[in-house]
Amino acid sequence: MSRQLSDVEDVLQNALNKHGLSVVPLLQEIQEHFRYLPEEVLRMLSRKTGIPLIEIYHAATFYNSLSLTPRARHQIKICAGTTCHIRGGGKLIEEIFQVLGIRPGEITPNGEFMLETVNCLGCCAFAPAMVVDGKYYGNLTPGEVRKILSKLRERAALMEK
Amino acid sequence: MVQIALNGLRVEVDEGMTILEAARFYGIAIPTLCYLEGLSPYGACRLCLVEIGSPGQSKLVTSCTYRVEEGLIVRTDSDWVIKRRKMLIELYLATCPSSKVIQDLASKYHVTSVRFTPWYEDCILCGLCVRMCAEQMQGKAIGFAHRGSNRKVTTPFDKESEVCRLCGGCMYVCPACQSRCQGPQEEQPVCNACLNLQQPCLDYFDDKMCFMDPCVACELDTNRELKVKRRL
Ligand code: SF4
Ligand code: SF4
Ligand code: SF4
Ligand code: FES
Ligand code: FES
Repeated sequence: MSRQLSDVEDVLQNALNKHGLSVVPLLQEIQEHFRYLPEEVLRMLSRKTGIPLIEIYHAATFYNSLSLTPRARHQIKICAGTTCHIRGGGKLIEEIFQVLGIRPGEITPNGEFMLETVNCLGCCAFAPAMVVDGKYYGNLTPGEVRKILSKLRERAALMEK
Repeated sequence: MVQIALNGLRVEVDEGMTILEAARFYGIAIPTLCYLEGLSPYGACRLCLVEIGSPGQSKLVTSCTYRVEEGLIVRTDSDWVIKRRKMLIELYLATCPSSKVIQDLASKYHVTSVRFTPWYEDCILCGLCVRMCAEQMQGKAIGFAHRGSNRKVTTPFDKESEVCRLCGGCMYVCPACQSRCQGPQEEQPVCNACLNLQQPCLDYFDDKMCFMDPCVACELDTNRELKVKRRL
């Protein structure tokens, strides 16, 4: 872990002040800081609060929005449903591979993007579709995908500065 | 005290008792997998179901979690209950055929075949071990993790627990940890060896001569006769 121990202490203390002993909000807060739930931090949380570690682990594995493994900053979900497939979803996946060099299930080495496929996003009328960080994009062409990705990268570069 | 009708019998039971406790108090057997005296009821295995209410408007409830109330009508072994119970046992047999507890239930309830492909789980998610650890051993070393078909009992991060005291309580109560008898039919999903026991004495005496009391073989055989009679 690259962070200092006192940093982690601060994050935990902050979260505790805000949420008391409710496990799920605590975990959400921790995840916001680290982008996932590091095992060591959860162990510290248990020691600090007396909440049994198994209860924390139970909640951490129960909710899909919580993750015990590092997550990328941007989650890209490409639809691999039937309609999207027929209307060129495969080309979008290929385009993402050209731009970012990742296949479904992979993360870019800098931890910036993660690509997943889903079976029908429920908006077949706008096929082919994708969701980036919860935002829906429809009627996509490979060119548009390229544009959306480079915009995200620009924004990330700005934030770094 | 409240009055309830238990299999047609008018009985008085303590308020706040569950149907299961009341039935057991009056000596009526109800099978359970996820209930154990001294642990909080969990209501997960559904095996303890009984029929409540007057005929026509009755429903099935889990007796381990349902509390008695004044005038409650309970049938613990109606055709409906038996049918559902047998179905459940069949499902558990398919899930975990290596468990002696489940094999014994199959023999007891005359479940003689399994229509599902067995998938040899080593846990039926009854949660007894989790409650044993938390409630009796003050351990809280194990618990459920993940969900849906991935749900399982484990330690935090699937690693050796720091708080487990190796008391063995979890294994002691686990119905899946007791392996079935190693008979000649080990490969079959149903054992039923006990079900097919013959009274060993019949070749020599008739039952009036017998001083064995209770005799497992006799008991099973009477049960069988009763069941056959009921079906006719
Ligand atoms: S032989 Fe009897 S006691 Fe043993 S597993 Fe079979 S049914 Fe159960
Ligand atoms: S052996 Fe460990 S996990 Fe099992 S009941 Fe005892 S303390 Fe709990
Ligand atoms: S390990 Fe045994 S006691 Fe624990 S949930 Fe599974 S079957 Fe039940
Ligand atoms: S198939 Fe892609 S949204 Fe339905
Ligand atoms: S014993 Fe009642 S549901 Fe399992």
